[in-house]
Amino acid sequence: MSGDSAASAPGRSGSRGGRPVGRGTAGSRWGRFLEGGLLQGGVQGSPVLRLFMRWVRRPLLPVMRLWRRNIQLKVVVTTLLMSLGVVLLLGFVVIGQVRNGLLDAKVKASQSQATGGFSAAKQTADEASAAGTGDDGTATDGRSEQNVIQWMSDLVEQLSSGGQGAFEVVTLPAGGDSGGGRGPRASNYVDPTASVPENLRERIDSSTAAAQSYTRIIYNADKESQPALVIGKQVNDPNGDPYQLYYLFPLTQEEKSLSLVKGTLATAGLFVVVLLGAIAWLVVRQVVTPVRMAAGIAERLSAGRLQERMKVTGEDDIARLGEAFNKMAQNLQLKIQQLEDLSRMQRRFVSDVSHELRTPLTTVRMAADVIHEAREDFDPVTARSAELLADQLDRFESLLADLLEISRFDAGAAALEAEPIDLREVVRRVVSGAEPLAERKGTTIRLVGDQQPVVAEADARRVERVLRNLVVNAVEHGEGRDVVVKLAAAGGAVAVAVRDYGVGLKPGEATRVFSRFWRADPARARTTGGTGLGLSIALEDARLHGGWLQAWGEPGGGSQFRLTLPRTADEPLRGSPIPLEPKDSRRNRGLDDAGLPRGEKSATVPAQQTADQASAMASRDPIAGRLNGAAPTADPTALPGNGARVVPRPASGPRRQDDAPAGERARGEDAGPPEGPSRQGEAFRGR
Amino acid sequence: MMSFMKGRVLVVDDDTALAEMLGIVLRGEGFEPSFVADGDKALAAFRETKPDLVLLDLMLPGRDGIEVCRLIRAESGVPIVMLTAKSDTVDVVVGLESGADDYIVKPFKPKELVARIRARLRRSEEPAPEQLAIGDLVIDVAGHSVKRDGQSIALTPLEFDLLVALARKPWQVFTREVLLEQVWGYRHAADTRLVNVHVQRLRSKVEKDPERPEIVVTVRGVGYKAGPS
Repeated sequence: MSGDSAASAPGRSGSRGGRPVGRGTAGSRWGRFLEGGLLQGGVQGSPVLRLFMRWVRRPLLPVMRLWRRNIQLKVVVTTLLMSLGVVLLLGFVVIGQVRNGLLDAKVKASQSQATGGFSAAKQTADEASAAGTGDDGTATDGRSEQNVIQWMSDLVEQLSSGGQGAFEVVTLPAGGDSGGGRGPRASNYVDPTASVPENLRERIDSSTAAAQSYTRIIYNADKESQPALVIGKQVNDPNGDPYQLYYLFPLTQEEKSLSLVKGTLATAGLFVVVLLGAIAWLVVRQVVTPVRMAAGIAERLSAGRLQERMKVTGEDDIARLGEAFNKMAQNLQLKIQQLEDLSRMQRRFVSDVSHELRTPLTTVRMAADVIHEAREDFDPVTARSAELLADQLDRFESLLADLLEISRFDAGAAALEAEPIDLREVVRRVVSGAEPLAERKGTTIRLVGDQQPVVAEADARRVERVLRNLVVNAVEHGEGRDVVVKLAAAGGAVAVAVRDYGVGLKPGEATRVFSRFWRADPARARTTGGTGLGLSIALEDARLHGGWLQAWGEPGGGSQFRLTLPRTADEPLRGSPIPLEPKDSRRNRGLDDAGLPRGEKSATVPAQQTADQASAMASRDPIAGRLNGAAPTADPTALPGNGARVVPRPASGPRRQDDAPAGERARGEDAGPPEGPSRQGEAFRGR
Repeated sequence: MMSFMKGRVLVVDDDTALAEMLGIVLRGEGFEPSFVADGDKALAAFRETKPDLVLLDLMLPGRDGIEVCRLIRAESGVPIVMLTAKSDTVDVVVGLESGADDYIVKPFKPKELVARIRARLRRSEEPAPEQLAIGDLVIDVAGHSVKRDGQSIALTPLEFDLLVALARKPWQVFTREVLLEQVWGYRHAADTRLVNVHVQRLRSKVEKDPERPEIVVTVRGVGYKAGPS
């Protein structure tokens, strides 16, 4: 199992590295096989292993997620691992020291005992040798052999009996020489050859000094082997031939002590680790609990439950966090309350002003009308005064109405009553309403793109107000030329564009037309007496729908105002079915290339200047593509006024057309001071 | 031509200047105005003068206009036109729901006011005997009555007109604008909220289950039509 996973690791990485390359083609798969098989070994099984790893990893995913999200778990596990490391290190050091202490004493005692033993063996040999030569100067070999065998057995007996089980004695022949009856001997059923390590024997063969080593005593009899210290030396037998004498000191006692220490340490270590983990858990809990509480309460606060507070106990840092948090919540609540009060007061005030002003105004209005009706009976001066009175009352009235409308928007009191409406109906109403004015101006209002229903969830009253404003403005500034109202729907949006071919807009004006009380040309007499608030209100109306109201214009080339609304009320708007800059604009007809003066500058004001505007702009491209794809269906019917004005273009949709002047657009930006909203508009137009 | 337009108009308004001005205009158009300035006395004045139409200011001392409207509507189907300074949706809808047939926002032009009053007072002089069926309702146009299984249902003239307009052309879907023109008599579209509120009120009277209307059916995105009979 462990071998499997170890092998799988390189296999996996290898196959993963090769994956992007070898996905589709069989050839590279072979390459991967070869490479993997030769270089990493056993990768043939890698798909299986990968499956296996996936299978293993899947149940681990929740754990991984928990690990990422739970700081308490992280701290506790880290503490456990680190304390485990510390305890292990500590344990090894302690055990090492204890073992050294125990063994040092034992080794010293053993060495002195062994030294005594060696000298005793030497002495016995000397004595036996003296007695042997005294007995018989030229002893026969056979007899002396016999003597040595006996002597050695006696020696082992004698030496080992002195230890009383504290040590065993073993004799071995020196070198490879096993002749002369000096076979291995041992006390107490010790296996002499197995119990003495080979390398110790070699060391003793090569020198006459004593040497020591650790070994295990192996018994011939049915007895467990035990660890031991073996000390050996080369000694001469009575005949003067060398043999090896070993003392084996069993270390059973020391081992017992050591294992006891080990056991104690392990138990203590385990306790320490577990306790440290528990402590870490408790400590972290103390910190994490208030933090989690704060997070939960912050979430509830942001959900609008402003009365939520943290529980604060004590005076520590956590308590300070709680206090600061509560203070923040308190201040927030207070501020929001104040703002709400202000807004309510404002709305109330507007409503009151509305009523208080309107009642006397009604009386004045009616009186003025009665006087106006009877003006033919007056002298010319009084008659003209009556006319002026009635006219200015009209203006006063519409100004008051617009002001109240604007202040209602400012107070956030404007409510959207959206329901599915067919914009064609609204547009037709608006156009027929504007006909009398258009006739006076000699303008023809043409409707484009009204073959199919253009349905959106919108407030008919507000949309009508916006469009009436746009159409009346277009007629008013159209200088008697045609006004084209174009409808289109695509994606999640519907749009109405009102195009005129009048004086147009100067650079930078496209953003300013929506400012309150802004007038294109203060010197120009207003024939229909607008209030200067119409487009501001229209912009607010568009915003209320979550839509855009944007303007484009070129000096002398007319202007286009485009209202874009989302098809359903809650859907965010991502693009418009109609390009803001009409196709018959000077730039789109390529007139700059013809060397005409480039005074034009277009700019737009997106109706929604919210924070997410930028991101909406950025993420527009995908839908833009879709819109462009859908656009050609609307395009054949699309603008423009006189067919002669349109330069035919390759049927590649508006994208190409918009892309073409990209470089010029950059130059165009240089021509006028770039403004924030205008740049947004540019970006938008760049679809 | 003007003769049948004549009618008694009760003006309920606390602003004396405006009331006087209204009187001047109404008299100039051939109406017979009477006045009451206090909401508490409005009902008594209504019973006494038996007007053909009530002009009702919404903001009144004593009982407010909404309350007065409800009281009058409780005992009579006489047309009520509200005068309101607030064009906010909530105010208008509350007024219409309390039983007003129409509303006019201050400041208004005398002609506009008169047009609205005339539209409310305009009754077809000799209604041809006509029986209409809509759903399980039987409408007697001349007798101005609506019956279900012989049981008569009380409707205000406006609600009756609305129902008749729908019942006469059960195959047609009426947009709110068309209904405004046919029932309220407006040439140019005014406020489609009028239609919404009155359709709801009509439904609450004629539908078995106003939540699932069968008589006046909504055609989403277009308007209303009569349910299958």
